Amino acid sequence: MFGLSFRPRKANTAQTAKERLQILLAHERTDGSTPDVLPMLQRDILAAIQKHMKIGKDAVDIRMERGDELSSLEINIDLPNSRGNGQGAES
Amino acid sequence: MSKIIVVTSGKGGVGKTTSAAAISAGLAKRGHKTVVIDFDVGLRNLDLIMGCERRVVFDFINVIQGDAKLKQALIKDRRLDTLSILPTSQTRDKDALTQEGVEKVLNELREEFDYIVCDSPAGIERGAQLAMYFADEAVVVTNPEVSSVRDSDRVLGLLNSKTHRAETPDSEPIKAHALLTRYDTQRIAKGEMMTVEDVLEILAIPLLGVIPESQAVLRASNLGTPVTLDDEGSRAASAYDEAVARLVGEQVEMRIGGEERQGFFQRLFKRTA
Repeated sequence: MFGLSFRPRKANTAQTAKERLQILLAHERTDGSTPDVLPMLQRDILAAIQKHMKIGKDAVDIRMERGDELSSLEINIDLPNSRGNGQGAES
Repeated sequence: MSKIIVVTSGKGGVGKTTSAAAISAGLAKRGHKTVVIDFDVGLRNLDLIMGCERRVVFDFINVIQGDAKLKQALIKDRRLDTLSILPTSQTRDKDALTQEGVEKVLNELREEFDYIVCDSPAGIERGAQLAMYFADEAVVVTNPEVSSVRDSDRVLGLLNSKTHRAETPDSEPIKAHALLTRYDTQRIAKGEMMTVEDVLEILAIPLLGVIPESQAVLRASNLGTPVTLDDEGSRAASAYDEAVARLVGEQVEMRIGGEERQGFFQRLFKRTA
């Protein structure tokens, strides 16, 4: 009973390690068969928008944060100023 | 003028990634803009040690192949705004690395960062060769153990022959430093392990630091925190901090100590602190 208090405060880092690995590996195992899905997605989004608007090839920015329950995908598209550019990109 | 530092060893499991993470965080802590790059294509682990594994979207290979901009692949550390991580691909193989591609990315990084730390894969194949090729300095991570010392010697040979500096006439050779890791003073005292002096006598390069075998290292990797950002009071963390100070040119006295022995009261004190 007294021994309990000897457990270091920040003891259970092993549990943290296990949880981090479980989340990571769950994603890696499913993503493993389709590598580079994000670069392809980025290319496709870019191509789709370029069909209708004039945007630069660096205009699409994709970010992702993988989580335990859900992951979030953030897609930012820079549209040129319609006045400056004269076409497309009405907001 | 930015500096490219390769963390290499030949042998696996000696502490390259741990050291690359600890050193780059140590440099960033001092205010130097630092990026650490994983060269271990297909077996990346730097992201895990740095704790940014969930944020990897694009990687070094995507940048080399033109699928992403460097800015998109760089992950900004959430603890230090002077620190960035460039993860590598987990799904490609080493052939995806090209010398031209690596050079292009490094040149772009030079414009933004003071220190570029290259975390080499084990072995002496393509990934390891490209990690060292453009280096200005090398940190050769060695354990006081026969196979590790032999492999370090082999790597020193490559640093002096198969690198840009070695192949460019009139340029200074790569400055190589030895970093002894997993140093166990008890076993060394018993004569079971080679001493620092033994290893340095064989390798004949200057010593950057001696990192004691420490629980702090495992704890830090469990948490995904470079040891120099985690338990700063640990002997391993202070040994890395001192090594970083030497790397940037400070004179710091070499202390060679074992794992911390915390007394009951020290531990109690730390818990309440």
